[in-house]
Amino acid sequence: MKQIRIIDVTLRDGMHAISHQLSAHEMGKIAQKLDESGIGMIEIGHGDGIGGSSLQYGLAKSLDREYFEAVSTVLKNCKMDVLLIPGIGTIEDLKVAMEYGAHTVRVATHVTEADVSEQHIMFAKKNGLEAIGFLMMSHMASVEKVAEQAKLMENYGADTVYVTDSAGAMVPNDVKMRISAVKEAINIPVGFHAHNNLGLAVGNTIAAIEAGATVVDGSVRGLGAGAGNTQLEALVAVLNKMGYDTGIDLYKLMDIGQNVIDPIMCRPQIISNDALAIGYAGAYGSFLLHARRAAEKFGVDSRDILLELGRLKTVGGQEDLIIDVAIELSKKQKTK
Amino acid sequence: MKMKAAILGPGNIGIDLMIKILKRKRLDLVMMAGIDPNSYGLKLAQEKGIKTTIEGIDGILKAGNIDIVFDATGAKAHQVNAPLLKKAGIFAVDLTPAAVGPYCIPAVNLDYDSDVDNVNMVTCGGQATVPIVYAMNRVTPVEYAEIVATLSSKSAGPGTRQNIDEFTETTSNALVKVGGAKKGKAIIILNPADPPLMMRNTIYCKCDVSRIEEIVSSVNAIVTEVKKYVPGYHLKVAPYADGERIVAMVEVEGAGDYLPKYSGNLDIITSAAVAVAEHYADQNEGAN
Repeated sequence: MKQIRIIDVTLRDGMHAISHQLSAHEMGKIAQKLDESGIGMIEIGHGDGIGGSSLQYGLAKSLDREYFEAVSTVLKNCKMDVLLIPGIGTIEDLKVAMEYGAHTVRVATHVTEADVSEQHIMFAKKNGLEAIGFLMMSHMASVEKVAEQAKLMENYGADTVYVTDSAGAMVPNDVKMRISAVKEAINIPVGFHAHNNLGLAVGNTIAAIEAGATVVDGSVRGLGAGAGNTQLEALVAVLNKMGYDTGIDLYKLMDIGQNVIDPIMCRPQIISNDALAIGYAGAYGSFLLHARRAAEKFGVDSRDILLELGRLKTVGGQEDLIIDVAIELSKKQKTK
Repeated sequence: MKMKAAILGPGNIGIDLMIKILKRKRLDLVMMAGIDPNSYGLKLAQEKGIKTTIEGIDGILKAGNIDIVFDATGAKAHQVNAPLLKKAGIFAVDLTPAAVGPYCIPAVNLDYDSDVDNVNMVTCGGQATVPIVYAMNRVTPVEYAEIVATLSSKSAGPGTRQNIDEFTETTSNALVKVGGAKKGKAIIILNPADPPLMMRNTIYCKCDVSRIEEIVSSVNAIVTEVKKYVPGYHLKVAPYADGERIVAMVEVEGAGDYLPKYSGNLDIITSAAVAVAEHYADQNEGAN
């Protein structure tokens, strides 16, 4: 059977959908279930990665350390992974995750800024961690640029490089072209991370696999920023039908969705108008709830905010600009 | 007699410093020191009639007549340079994250002890945001200060990129040590949009939001102070209360001395460094 590696992001990207309000205790319980389903690796913590708990992105219910402790003590076969966005998280934050046996760190940068990951990838490799480069907002750069930046991460020592569709803005051909080019440029595995803002998460993930990606992400019920990630149960079912061995028990995964994830969701993980606006405009997925809040506070349409953020070519992490844009839009409304 | 100054490190920061010092004519810039004979910054200095050396710190020490050195090298180099400058009785303005001496934000704490002979300029994000935190904290105690600095990719050189952890750590330390907050956190974002965006900073403070009116006037007062040495510094969004926090945003337009105007992040730290050096000159001229 054909092999594919899957990384579950329910307990990291999924935190965006619930404003990072899962407690360490709850996270530990879910992690245990995921472990039992046969998933090989789970990414955990604040939606913006280690050190992400902030007024800018939202304070998490528990401390990074508490999440690591709760999850690491229940895992038997599954490995723990953390996300580090340089500029938000630091090596000091990573050291805390290492105390609790983190196996992998994914170092995430905007697709054109791979050179800020050098420090962190080199540190991870020197200390025996698996290091995965994560090129966010890959839709914003040309195919050649994505390949060039992936090569930088390989040179720093990364074990795998991801093409990441943080905005859920790519159509299958965008994915294929980028994955093929990266595959051509580097000699390490290539991964793909999708968002479902255009309803293409499963389809794009399959397109990535067909173009040569061998590591892909998913989350139970698709829990994640914007319209969510690739829904893992659906992906596993599709991969089974295509003859891939994922090592994951589909029924167990479905049960986690129904019994564990459904009850913690604040709203259905659907392609709402705002999520669609994000995918359409190419704005960062986690802007969704922040834009809604700002729209309400300043009396403007959240879709207008999101489209303007796309037009301004904002990158991941610029949640503060949402307020600024909302204020400007409300001023314009008043002068009309 | 004007005080004699030298610049160590002829990169973007060194060149911008050079242009500012020459423009203001308050200090006598006598040397630009580097270690690479092909450095563009050294060539530019020669064109402006400034003496150059490729012996780095040794070249400066050999010159024997220098009062003030701007160190725009890197943290590791400054660790080596600092004791040498001290021994030679030279006042050091440190633009690296080494932080051998106390942090200085001119609008807040130019009144450091008179025996201080090495001053650290924190980071561009620190220069832009610490004054705002300080202004809030002098009205009502700031329990927690968090800042987000967004720079255009073009204006962030390899020094910033390879040491991004040092940037966030130094900035958050300064929010506490100079700004007065009980806890601090700093986030930096690089944005590659073209044309490049201006340096923008968002400041969030947890404090008594009922004092918002006093906070606004205190912040306005400090912005006026910063403008004295960084004319392009301005409030983008005046402080307002959002739940239990105060939010404010500042933008920094550069003077366009060396890099274009979007590089306000470069401008604010070089301008602050020049302000510190001029203050030192005001205090000590005639003494030597």
